[in-house]
Amino acid sequence: MPESRSLRGSVAVVGVGETPYYKRGESPDPEFKLALDAIIRACEDAGISPKDVDGFASFSNDRSDPSRLAAALGCNELRFANMQWGGGGGGGSGAIGNAAAAIATGMADCVVVFRALAQGQFGRFGQGPRRNAIAGEFAHTIPYGLMSPGQMFAMKVQRFMHDHGVEQSALRAISLASYHHAQNNPRAVMHGRPLDETGYDESRWIVEPFHLYDCCLENDGAAALVLVAGERAADFDHPSCYLLSAVAGSHYRAGAPVHNTPDYATSTFKTLVPRLYEMAEVDSSDVDVLQSYENFTGGVLMSIVEHGFCALDEVNDFFKKDNFLAPGGALPLNTSGGNLAECYMHGLGLNIEAVRQIRGQSTSQVPDAKVSMVISGPMVTPVSACIFGAEETL
Amino acid sequence: MSSAYLAPGLPAPAPSPDGLDTPYWEALAADQLVAQRCANCQGWQWGPEWICHRCLSSELSFEPLDAQARIYSYERVWHPVHPALKDQGPYLVVLVEFPDADGIRMVGNLLGDPQQEVSIGADVVRVFEHHREADPPFTLLQWRCP
Ligand SMILES: [Zn+2]
Repeated sequence: MPESRSLRGSVAVVGVGETPYYKRGESPDPEFKLALDAIIRACEDAGISPKDVDGFASFSNDRSDPSRLAAALGCNELRFANMQWGGGGGGGSGAIGNAAAAIATGMADCVVVFRALAQGQFGRFGQGPRRNAIAGEFAHTIPYGLMSPGQMFAMKVQRFMHDHGVEQSALRAISLASYHHAQNNPRAVMHGRPLDETGYDESRWIVEPFHLYDCCLENDGAAALVLVAGERAADFDHPSCYLLSAVAGSHYRAGAPVHNTPDYATSTFKTLVPRLYEMAEVDSSDVDVLQSYENFTGGVLMSIVEHGFCALDEVNDFFKKDNFLAPGGALPLNTSGGNLAECYMHGLGLNIEAVRQIRGQSTSQVPDAKVSMVISGPMVTPVSACIFGAEETL
Repeated sequence: MSSAYLAPGLPAPAPSPDGLDTPYWEALAADQLVAQRCANCQGWQWGPEWICHRCLSSELSFEPLDAQARIYSYERVWHPVHPALKDQGPYLVVLVEFPDADGIRMVGNLLGDPQQEVSIGADVVRVFEHHREADPPFTLLQWRCP
């Protein structure tokens, strides 16, 4: 790939910010105020004034409009206002890629990537519609009781587990690792709520093959990252965290309606993975720590396999809790507690945790982490992923 | 209505306002299963779209689909996300494929004991579940093991 068409090292994350994380519906603040709060915190972390932010990028139809944000924050100028299409958390790393592309090409100088959610204010995910009739693609699924994200994705995971002989213990290992790491993280909604094998096994089914603890939380809060050109990274206080790669997209006809995508039982990442590693100039063995979006553990299962961390015939052996624990596991995973046990901020909290790992600031730090990867929103389309690297990786 | 698999109260399917899938719902009401087929390349296509994804022809029609059907994947739902299902108990949703019709797939319920063993790859046969007293009336496409 010609250097001019790679993002590698051209952009750095210099600030991260999060509001406190609340249980769904319990935020004392409305959604837009949460967005402002997270952005201001991220700018404080970077040591810049919000007035110098000149771009915003988000995903999943975030409701906090960039022009209103820029007006509220007194931004001197707005040069980039971007939305990654596609639902769910599949756009988290994609929004970072979009922001980075704007900076790398000179369209903007300082772009904030953010996501804000107040489900108490705007209604819940994971609930069926309350209308009397439904038309379009969902007319072919909802009347059969197939309506929530969990119900949509269980169908893919069931087929994957069938095809490859995956045992329930593989999903359990992912959940236990998230809950383990959340116990170290005072910000985590599930801090002080440990989970063991028995607790998992005895939890109720939501939809087979997902137990309660295979499903993400629903939360209120906001998260933001500040991105600038890579050559400016050294001017900031924190250890530099460079973007090595960002990709978004999906395979052939991934969006074919009514579960008709030809390659069905997949995390949707197969065609992205070669581009992800090629731009970053690393492969899976170079990755020190992984944040892998858990809408449901089954998505993490397929993501980890399809990103090359584990062969298909080794899944039941590899997916053990200890392999996923920081600091010493083979693949430290979701070290903040992730969407299962820290907070569900549509996955943007995973990107922030990946930055913390490069800075050495995680509550479950992987020693000397240099290559830190994020997989955003498996099983939807488009999905996205990114890799961050420390100074030494450039 | 006592023959319906799921408790009443879920949103009823309505033909798309732009008419894209109207022939499908009309056929179900008449105990027929149809799917889109391209007059130019003879390929089957589902869900419905305005053009054929293979040859981009817009010469699509809804043709009778009598091919073998088998279970491609399934799930047993325990936690209801819609109030109409709060007393339903577990239920089975199947993704059915038509291997001789270019592998197109459709979603339905697997009738019978919701706790039955389900085998991916097993043949299933169609059942037209009519809701003729509903306003407006509609028909669901269900499945059972032979
Ligand atoms: Zn055609």
